[in-house]
Amino acid sequence: MKLDPALRDQILAAVPSLRAFAISLSGNVDRADDLVQETMLRALANIHSFQPGTNMSAWLFTILRNLFRSEYRKRRREVEDADGSFAESLKSHPEQLGRVEFQEFRAALAQLPPEQREALILVGASGFSYEEAADICDCAVGTIKSRVNRARSRLAKLLAIDNPEDFGPDRATRAVLMGHDN
Amino acid sequence: MNSKKTPPNSDMKADTAGQQRSGLNREIQSKIGQQLRAMYDDVVQEGVPDRFADLLKRLDKPSEEGPK
Repeated sequence: MKLDPALRDQILAAVPSLRAFAISLSGNVDRADDLVQETMLRALANIHSFQPGTNMSAWLFTILRNLFRSEYRKRRREVEDADGSFAESLKSHPEQLGRVEFQEFRAALAQLPPEQREALILVGASGFSYEEAADICDCAVGTIKSRVNRARSRLAKLLAIDNPEDFGPDRATRAVLMGHDN
Repeated sequence: MNSKKTPPNSDMKADTAGQQRSGLNREIQSKIGQQLRAMYDDVVQEGVPDRFADLLKRLDKPSEEGPK
């Protein structure tokens, strides 16, 4: 097979972001890289169905997301590794964040339902518009918006409960303090 | 973004406690966005692992040259 060099460059350029997406979805670097590899194989085998001039990155994300979904459905019957593996499997963590804080964040992210997690990542980290994210997830724009909103408020709850001192006293504490002082 | 019609989240029954919380909430939301991007960009910055560059090269030039 001879691949148009322009297309090859576009695929290569999308790889770093595809990996980040795959890791965010699966929570496991090895599995994520297998997913990316499978995505590339599938993309090359179907490159004729890619419409030049459209968004290569969105096309690849769609393939990867569908692969992950079908694999997830299969695996769910075998092992449900909800929160544990996601937080533990990533070796590195961004320098600018504290280790504990970051682990808490990943653990919270892992507790989201997969539809909410993928929507939040596509819009909040991959930089896709709501419309592009809706195309990738094959759903309505309004559905993506509500998934992103639910993901955000669920994360806020999880992180606020785990970490009240980071964000100021919670309401109960505040009520107690006020009761004593006044 | 025309999200005027849809409230940003479901607990919009705003009262004073709700207003206090929304300030708190904004702070948490910006932190969430920051952490999400930090996690993501951390992987993006690793670039393209050799494994994938090699794969593409191999598939692009089928075995005329033989394996390396």
